[in-house]
Amino acid sequence: MADFDIPAYRTIKIIPKPVEGTMAHVKPYFAKPEHQEALGFPGEKPENWKQIAIDKLGEIVKKYKSVALFMDICVKCGSCTDKCHYYIGTSDAKNMPVARQDLLRKVYRRYFTFAGKYFPWLVGAVDLTEEIIDEWYVYYHQCSQCRRCSVFCPYGIDTAEISMAAREILDAIGIGQKYCNEILGKAQKIGNNLGLPGPALENTLEGLEEDIEDETGVVVKMPLDVKGADILLVTPSADFFAEPHIDGLIGYAKVFHAAGASWTMSTYASEAGNFGMFIGNYANTQKLTMRIRKAALDLGVKRLVFGECGHAWRVAYSFMNTMAGPFDFLDPKYPVPEHICEYTNNLIEAGKLNLDPSLNDDMVLTFHDSCNIARGSRMGKKAGGQFEIPRAVIKAVCNNYVDMPHDTIKEVTFCCGGGGGLLTDDIMEVRVKGALPRMEALDEVTREHGVTHMAAICAICKSQFTKVIPYYGFSMDQIVSIHQLVSNAIILDGQQTESTTEPDKKSAD
Amino acid sequence: MTFIIAGFYYIAFIIFVGGVLLKIKQYWTTPAPIKIPTTPAPTTRLGVLYRMGKEIIVFESLFKSNKWIWIFGWLFHFGMFAVLFRHLRYFLDPVPVIVVMMQPLKYAAFAMLIGLSGLLFRRIFVARIRYISDPSDILMLILMLGIGISGTMMTFFGNVDIVATKSFFIGILTFNFQPFPTHPMLLIHLILVAVLMLIFPFSKLLHAPGIFFSPTRNQVDNAREKRHIAPWAAKLDKTRSV
Ligand code: SF4
Ligand code: SF4
Repeated sequence: MADFDIPAYRTIKIIPKPVEGTMAHVKPYFAKPEHQEALGFPGEKPENWKQIAIDKLGEIVKKYKSVALFMDICVKCGSCTDKCHYYIGTSDAKNMPVARQDLLRKVYRRYFTFAGKYFPWLVGAVDLTEEIIDEWYVYYHQCSQCRRCSVFCPYGIDTAEISMAAREILDAIGIGQKYCNEILGKAQKIGNNLGLPGPALENTLEGLEEDIEDETGVVVKMPLDVKGADILLVTPSADFFAEPHIDGLIGYAKVFHAAGASWTMSTYASEAGNFGMFIGNYANTQKLTMRIRKAALDLGVKRLVFGECGHAWRVAYSFMNTMAGPFDFLDPKYPVPEHICEYTNNLIEAGKLNLDPSLNDDMVLTFHDSCNIARGSRMGKKAGGQFEIPRAVIKAVCNNYVDMPHDTIKEVTFCCGGGGGLLTDDIMEVRVKGALPRMEALDEVTREHGVTHMAAICAICKSQFTKVIPYYGFSMDQIVSIHQLVSNAIILDGQQTESTTEPDKKSAD
Repeated sequence: MTFIIAGFYYIAFIIFVGGVLLKIKQYWTTPAPIKIPTTPAPTTRLGVLYRMGKEIIVFESLFKSNKWIWIFGWLFHFGMFAVLFRHLRYFLDPVPVIVVMMQPLKYAAFAMLIGLSGLLFRRIFVARIRYISDPSDILMLILMLGIGISGTMMTFFGNVDIVATKSFFIGILTFNFQPFPTHPMLLIHLILVAVLMLIFPFSKLLHAPGIFFSPTRNQVDNAREKRHIAPWAAKLDKTRSV
């Protein structure tokens, strides 16, 4: 199935010994000049690349407290060394978070610190060379910016910040990654990562409306570009075509329908995801986020709701108000933005949805906390709501739920292996190996609790898992969207149901 | 001798204080353009104080991560703080009652030495940590051990003239120089301490002031409620169309 070895499960969770260079051969395709230029980066590596790179590093250190501080204060305690899923899956020494940071730090020290300028051998400082650039490109594209390492660092050093900075420097010298930059360009030009134009979107949504009507006998609308609607739903474009994402989208539509909400999606802002974050570029992230603001203004909506996605939610929750706010033109009664899980959970708590969890009785569920939601954002009013709310929704619509081992979920959840702009087939080996810790955890609950399905809450997690899970002996339909579960269990007014159970079983959690 | 040591101390002190202040200024003034607390994060300032407090006093993140690094690191740091506190008796006259009462803190020196040895051992023998260590990381531990060992020797086995040492230091503080009580251990101890002060602003020792500025730990999780715009980002804002 693959031209590399699939890592074996570790029966006892032994930390691998570091090995030099096991993953040095894996690097993603380079962006073409036109992808680069569309984002305002040089198309090719300029003559004076070295100076540009050093200047860019200097600029970033002045602009970002995180990078400035993190370059200086790592004490090399080693606490983060065994925390990265890519290190666990590959044993490559440079996939230890601190070693990954050091690739940039050793250059920073050489050009920006007293010790590195005069005593480079003492502090491991080195000159910037072609080889270093190559190392950056390889290993900063083996970091999914999941922030797991940051949880365990006594100073909160976040390797994601360093990866973003490094990618920004690489872009500045014309070395971009094709997957991220091509997609970002599409989203900025057309409105979504897939480059789906308005009519195609409309077609897809009509098809889905028909599907729902066939299944339930109820007309559930999937409105697009409706001026004056109350709610604008912004969702990752994978929700329009990929499995199991699309079943989630059907779920959102059913929830809105059941709540009697007036809602719409937008062609102009038909993408919740924002790859600007992955390449660490503020201006590009802001530019894309501004499309959502513009769509909300043009359509005259009152609320902003985001579909199931991880990094999209981090940008929406943590950055959008800053980059594209203030959103004072929206209804101040609601947070801006709201996550669809917050929205649905509020309805569930208010008893406004007619749910029959027994309709999901053919499954035993577990839930994968996606990294950007777990460690980069929040849901609800209380810290940690991002763990409780999705679980509350799942438990309201499913009778059988088990958590994976506690050291693999919530705050310390493992990334799916495909986040941070790595969800591309040219680095399949990184993706498969990086999924190891999550697969081990899933395997454990499968054996011990008979888990049959894993719910995910992020477009990237869903795509990544459906692709890599077969390498570990599972099947792709074991991955479900949370709102797919909601969709299964919700009973709409006037719905023809095959269910023989009483709909009032919903207190069963 | 007196003047060499005194001069060395003045230089070390100026570089230490000046260097650290400059670094603090840099950390203070460099903007954090977006909200990046590692969540779940506190939603109030008070909550952040609590989070930072736990981080600084009990090394919470380290505790979650690795009990060996945690116990050695904690023994070393808090052993050192206790020892430093006890050092006040060499600078203050009369010695405050509280410092006198804390005399048994001299045994904290052993906690410090055990912690340092443990960390050095791990740095050399745990492959992952050896891989990420530069010569300076090892030398720094040896330097601290040197300070600790020379100090302990004087406290427990030495015949150092404490009264003379104290008047020498008070002399330095008041520019009223007193003769240096020549004693090899004391000389080693004092030179190593001055070296430590000299390298402080140029090394990873900056983690001590730095931890207070870490945006992933010190930010309030309120991104939906409050905008968080850096001056340079505000300029980009002006170019926005809507
Ligand atoms: S952010 Fe995640 S992927 Fe990157 S180094 Fe840290 S743990 Fe690894
Ligand atoms: S945990 Fe933090 S301080 Fe320790 S080695 Fe990793 S990044 Fe450096």
